[in-house]
Amino acid sequence: MALPSGTFNQSYDQDMAIFRTKTQWLILLVFLAFLFTSPLYFSDRILTILTIIGITVISVHGLNILTGYCNQISIGHAGFMAVGAYTSGMLTAHLGWSFWAALPCAALAAGLVGILFGLPSLKVKGFYLIMATIAAQFIIIWLILQFRNITGGGDGLAVPRPEIGDFVFRSKASYFYLVMAIACLATFVAKNIVRTRAGRAFIAIRDNELAAEVMGINLWAYKLLAFFIGCVFAGVAGALLVHYVAFATVDQFPFMNSVWYLGMLIVGGMGSTTGVIFGVVSLKLLDELVVIVGPMLAVAVAPQAAASLGLIMRGLVIIIFLIFEPRGLAHRWQMVKAYYRLWPFSH
Amino acid sequence: MTFFLQLVISGFALGMVYALIAIGFVIILKCSKAFNIAQGHFVMIGGYLGFTFLVTFHLPVWVSLLAAIAVAIVMGLLIERLTLRPLVGQPVLAVIMMTIALATVFEGLATLIWGGEYKAYHGVLPTLTLKIGELSIPSEMLIGIIVSVVVVIILMILFRYTKSGLAMRATAEDEQVVQSAGIKVTTVYALSWVIACVVGVIGGIILGGVSGVMVGMSQVGLKAFAVVLLGGINSIGGAIVAGIMVGVLENVAAGYLDPLLPAGGGLANVFPFIVIIIVLVFRPHGLFGLVEIERI
Repeated sequence: MALPSGTFNQSYDQDMAIFRTKTQWLILLVFLAFLFTSPLYFSDRILTILTIIGITVISVHGLNILTGYCNQISIGHAGFMAVGAYTSGMLTAHLGWSFWAALPCAALAAGLVGILFGLPSLKVKGFYLIMATIAAQFIIIWLILQFRNITGGGDGLAVPRPEIGDFVFRSKASYFYLVMAIACLATFVAKNIVRTRAGRAFIAIRDNELAAEVMGINLWAYKLLAFFIGCVFAGVAGALLVHYVAFATVDQFPFMNSVWYLGMLIVGGMGSTTGVIFGVVSLKLLDELVVIVGPMLAVAVAPQAAASLGLIMRGLVIIIFLIFEPRGLAHRWQMVKAYYRLWPFSH
Repeated sequence: MTFFLQLVISGFALGMVYALIAIGFVIILKCSKAFNIAQGHFVMIGGYLGFTFLVTFHLPVWVSLLAAIAVAIVMGLLIERLTLRPLVGQPVLAVIMMTIALATVFEGLATLIWGGEYKAYHGVLPTLTLKIGELSIPSEMLIGIIVSVVVVIILMILFRYTKSGLAMRATAEDEQVVQSAGIKVTTVYALSWVIACVVGVIGGIILGGVSGVMVGMSQVGLKAFAVVLLGGINSIGGAIVAGIMVGVLENVAAGYLDPLLPAGGGLANVFPFIVIIIVLVFRPHGLFGLVEIERI
């Protein structure tokens, strides 16, 4: 990473630091302060959008570790979210567990199901693995619909809001704090997981599977670990989503979402923690734009235009990024920073 | 017994259509190494084109079929030139995401143009009835079998006895050698996409005649993937055999097991995915596919 002029790394700690200079720390603190005081200046509607963005960030961090770092492409991420969501939902709704006990169970359940569907990854890769994860998505949703006695099937499942003692996270602002705290924690964990031994193994597997195996990396263990970690994030996100809506249905986890999460990763930039945030925020805002523009188009053109606008635009965004900026917004951001650092000389 | 045979026969007809769709997928994969997730959406577009030409414009069947094929050819050329060619040399994920994005755009376009509603054109296709003992084969299914068989034979002839077929087989073998032999690889890519589109659209018209058209029809593409994986990802013959197998098994399983399941079943929709998982775990290269050997 390029450092500002006059700053040099003189110790290992400095070399490894994510935030190297005081300015970077200051920017981070200002951002966090702004984020955690935002219920003061934003309306409930914007808080809802931000909460959903936070939940999606958690989920896509998991996908980024799985797909961006370990190159195990998954198009069943919404299905794994559904596992976490229903685990937590059933534990709280049927057994009366507290949310705080159900959340780790949801994460664990999603991780274990992820390992189960990750098993084919030991033998296959690329397209074959994509098919296995697509199959996971559809099989999970089908199973949820079949076990209607405990999951509520197509009717859905009413889920309580989380609470600490007598305090219930009922208002938008309180849930916003809960989600943002977990999202910040998830970002911190995701950023650091890829700096550990496991993360370096993931990157080696991504860059060349055979070479990694020859170097002594246990492919079997690390691929399943990547699936486990990726799906744990998905499970947490799924649980947070249903407890936010206070209702769980399979419609919250459509196949399209799984695709769209990958789209966020492409737009943001694969294998970059900052990229996840860029991708999720920009595409969620795009979705909001469609929500605003769609009804106008429906009046102006045809009633179905609103529905089709969302689909066409989502497709076009991915197409445009794949052709013109395959490295995503994170790469653009690096270029902007480099330009700022080097101006007025280009070297 | 009659029930069983009835299930087998309708499964066979369905399986032929799956095979047809799967062949389109295999051709693109063999020639340009691209996994085409949008194959099912070609089918959906085909169904809607069939509706437009047959019902809205009242064209005779053969004219409609030719018109739909013409549209499919233009579609194939545009897709290859505009979206896939810039991605030559990019990783697998980029190409797959591109076809997924294409699928999304098609879904949006179909919703915009045809309103995303259920459309049916029963009885517009010519009626043929065949009765064997107590079994009756619905005419749409019979037409499906006939058209699928004809298309498969045409494709086989195209591959075996024509120059462009030879070029396509050679490209599947080794791109660099083909280029140095003076064959334009981009033309071959374009041709493979055109064939896939045409085959998908024909499948769509047949399926539309059987069960009507809606946007969700593109799910049939996912079934075609099960077929492709089972048959071996680079084998056209395998696609045909596996297509029939998946069609029959799906129908029989749904016919017998659906009444036993709590939420009314819907097994026919998940069955292909169960096949996918089993195939991937136990025989990843499929029944007739080649085992890939990797080197560093």
